[in-house]
Amino acid sequence: MNPALTIPAFGPVLPEILMATGALIMVLFGAIRGERPGYAMNIIALALLVVTFVAVLMLPNERIETMGGSFVIDGFAKFMKALTLIASAGGVILSLDYMRREGISRFEYPILIVLSTIGMMMVISANDLIALYIGLELLSLSSYVIAAFDRDNVRSTEAGLKYFVLGSLSSGMLLYGSSLVYGFSGSVSFPAIATILQGNVGIGAIVGLVFVAAGIAFKISAVPFHMWTPDVYEGSPTPVTAFFAAAPKMAGMAMATRVFIDAFPGILVQWQQIIVFISIASMALGSFAAIGQRNIKRLMAYSSIGNVGYALIGLAAGTAEGVQGVIVYMAIYLAMTLGTFAVILGMRRGNVMYETVEDLSGMARTHPVLAFCLGMMMFSLAGIPPLAGFFAKFAVFNAAIEADLVALAIIGVVTSVIGAYYYLRIVKVMYFDEPAERYDAMPAGVKLVLALCSIFVVLFGIVPAPLVAAARAAASSLF
Amino acid sequence: MFGFGILSGLLVLPLVGAAFILTLRGDSEAARSNARWAALATTIATFILSLVAWARFDTATASFQLVESHAWLTETIRYKLGVDGFSMPLILLTTFLMPFCILASWESIGHRVKEYFVAFLVLETTMIGVFCALDLVLFYLFFEAGLIPMFLIIGIWGGKRRIYASFKFFLYTLLGSVLMLLAIMAMYWQAGTTDIPTLLAFKFASNLQIWLWLAFFASFAVKMPMWPVHTWLPDAHVEAPTAGSVILAGVLLKMGGYGFIRVSLPMFPEASEYFAPLVFALSVIAIIYTSLVALMQEDIKKLIAYSSVAHMGFVTMGLFSMNEQGIQGAMFTMISHGLVSGALFLCVGVIYDRMHTREIKAYGGLVNRMPMYAVVFLILTMANVALPGTSGFIGEFLTLMGAFRSNTWVAFLATTGVILSAAYALWLYRRVVYGELDKPALQTITDLNRREIITFAPLILLIIYYGVQPGPILDAFAVPTESLLNNVQAALATVKTAAVAAH
Repeated sequence: MNPALTIPAFGPVLPEILMATGALIMVLFGAIRGERPGYAMNIIALALLVVTFVAVLMLPNERIETMGGSFVIDGFAKFMKALTLIASAGGVILSLDYMRREGISRFEYPILIVLSTIGMMMVISANDLIALYIGLELLSLSSYVIAAFDRDNVRSTEAGLKYFVLGSLSSGMLLYGSSLVYGFSGSVSFPAIATILQGNVGIGAIVGLVFVAAGIAFKISAVPFHMWTPDVYEGSPTPVTAFFAAAPKMAGMAMATRVFIDAFPGILVQWQQIIVFISIASMALGSFAAIGQRNIKRLMAYSSIGNVGYALIGLAAGTAEGVQGVIVYMAIYLAMTLGTFAVILGMRRGNVMYETVEDLSGMARTHPVLAFCLGMMMFSLAGIPPLAGFFAKFAVFNAAIEADLVALAIIGVVTSVIGAYYYLRIVKVMYFDEPAERYDAMPAGVKLVLALCSIFVVLFGIVPAPLVAAARAAASSLF
Repeated sequence: MFGFGILSGLLVLPLVGAAFILTLRGDSEAARSNARWAALATTIATFILSLVAWARFDTATASFQLVESHAWLTETIRYKLGVDGFSMPLILLTTFLMPFCILASWESIGHRVKEYFVAFLVLETTMIGVFCALDLVLFYLFFEAGLIPMFLIIGIWGGKRRIYASFKFFLYTLLGSVLMLLAIMAMYWQAGTTDIPTLLAFKFASNLQIWLWLAFFASFAVKMPMWPVHTWLPDAHVEAPTAGSVILAGVLLKMGGYGFIRVSLPMFPEASEYFAPLVFALSVIAIIYTSLVALMQEDIKKLIAYSSVAHMGFVTMGLFSMNEQGIQGAMFTMISHGLVSGALFLCVGVIYDRMHTREIKAYGGLVNRMPMYAVVFLILTMANVALPGTSGFIGEFLTLMGAFRSNTWVAFLATTGVILSAAYALWLYRRVVYGELDKPALQTITDLNRREIITFAPLILLIIYYGVQPGPILDAFAVPTESLLNNVQAALATVKTAAVAAH
């Protein structure tokens, strides 16, 4: 018997194992049970996400590598996994009523969400390029399917197909970049790459780095690899859009942070320029392109592009302060985006969902509470204090100033003012315009998500310290 | 209680009132009436509480008083409140004007009454917060947070072009402020803290001061507003409801001046000296140019708005003359202008509520049917042109004296503004109040009612009282002015000695 063949430590992988086992049981259960109405599968998925969330919280805080060094957990991974699980749970809750009403309530949906969440958790914990790629593919393939989940709807199938074709291209680029990095550094493991790629490295490794960055930029929908986002966001069923805007973004930003900070710290000057460029481009495009949008899902797509740009400011700083900024930003962005989509899901009369900005008109009089919540989300997304979004922007800009990226910070705040215009436009439509008809009552699950998000966004300013301190601890585990 | 003091009380009290109004059900006449009374009670209670704070305030010291401090964003970025002689009068001005705003909105606001008063009470919290924040991040938070309620007030209850005006107001001021936010961060990384008392003692490097000063200037100049970034103000004033204009002119404009006194002058003395000629130039242009523009206005509110810009020119001129008279005069002008312009906008509100137009042409000969109104308007017009005996005179006289000591040409040019202000204000009065009452619509106009008399009486008494007895206000910031100037002179002297030593 080969003495080197030892059993790896499974403890750190427990959450993923739980999720994977759960997903398999769900497939069996669903197949035996067949298509039957009810929320059984969704509730199982939610329970699974909650159990996994607890398991993640119980992980130790110190850095542990396992599975032959291809899997790592640390404070950062813990925090980002927790965020991802919350986002996925939000996605499941938001879909409950919608899927039933649209007649697309199939048992595969919660399973696909769980599978894609496993992919996200793998991506967050990946410690080498192979594990990263496998996690990413699991995440992506599940996403392509749920984008097209409303399979009799042309827009939804188009969204799925577009996502698949462009997503495959980006996976190819990531893989190509990985192979170049492997070729020029001799290893796929992040710590090994970090020790080899120091200072002045050859052009080949740089080209590899650029391709890896391109693949990552696609997954987080950063400019110039954002083209799929508006179409996919608009075409997918709305709860799926909410899920896309929340969960994969958490994992994607965690992946970007992990790859650049863990694998390429020695060539910070090289990738910093790339991140600065895509950050500026994303912020600018997100601000300008959203101005002309009438469809609110499309508008949120551009908003998410812009927000990724702001989060990338923190990464561009490349410091502990910067990573802390990324974490704070993503946590707050999660609440803002889920809350906004909860309101969008509430825009329904009978069997028709309304999706344009004009459909919100006069909502302050027909639905004062809803309008107030959405209004606060919009001011928060615009970064106006004392709402949570201000603290998110504060965290990343503060990191940029510390890292002497003053020009980036100035461009960032200016684009945030431009972006404020279209967020204000939504407030204007709701508060200043004449009311339209009332919408149907909101389903309970959506109400719950909206209430939690609104409370978080409005009251965060009173006690911001716990999240900031937790983010600081998580960020310091990478350095 | 839990280490929270009277200033926290001032911040929380309006919010409690707002929360109470939110719990009122329905939109019946009874609910609206309850909302009005609740708002009035809240603002009066806040005013009384601010008087308690004033009673505990010691004018003999320049240090911060009634301080409370709690860990907030981090251990270094704290929730820290406190007042000194510069901020206390402005807090009193805010809490004093608020009940009048509520009274002015009593009947003129007919729809969405609850939301209106909630927005006003939230706005009050943010304004008080700006003046008592002792941490720059907290200061910024309140400085910006006020945009949300004001945006809604202009946009929902404003006039015809309210949407344009509200967007312009919001985006203009936001663009100015975000640069200040970056400057605050830069200061944080330099000094390791955003605590205002610590930063007041911190010496920033000369070249850094220039950039920081400019970033803060971008924000304060827009808020002030200084020429040429004043264009949002006439639009916002014209479209805002009466009470919105009162608060805008009375308090929001003072945030810019307060910012200069609190941050720019003491923290960046070298840059302030370096840029003083620029500020002088902009102030003089503002005084002369906007006075001329005011002459040509056909809308009463717009005219008063331009006159506000001109008066704020006196404030900036006084501040950057960096001597005792200039700074005290600027502070006094801010308080006086808060009372006078607030009252003037209330005055316009009186006839607007009756006629629903602000066109000067639509009026004339009001004295025939509204004698009491004519008297009130006359006193306020005189205060606006700084007639001796009104509070407006003290402030303008002191700022001009300060400017004269610093630069005689600036004082000379600014004095022409005094003449121009008399021209536009008296001409306005002539066109609205005097002449024949020949417009058919005006034949049935009624004089001030009891609620309006109650509103104007205290304002007019104060304007005249402070015109004759400026002592109580001047004493409040005499000591802090002296200490501010000592620190600035000391900082400039060290720089000069260093420069001489280097040669």
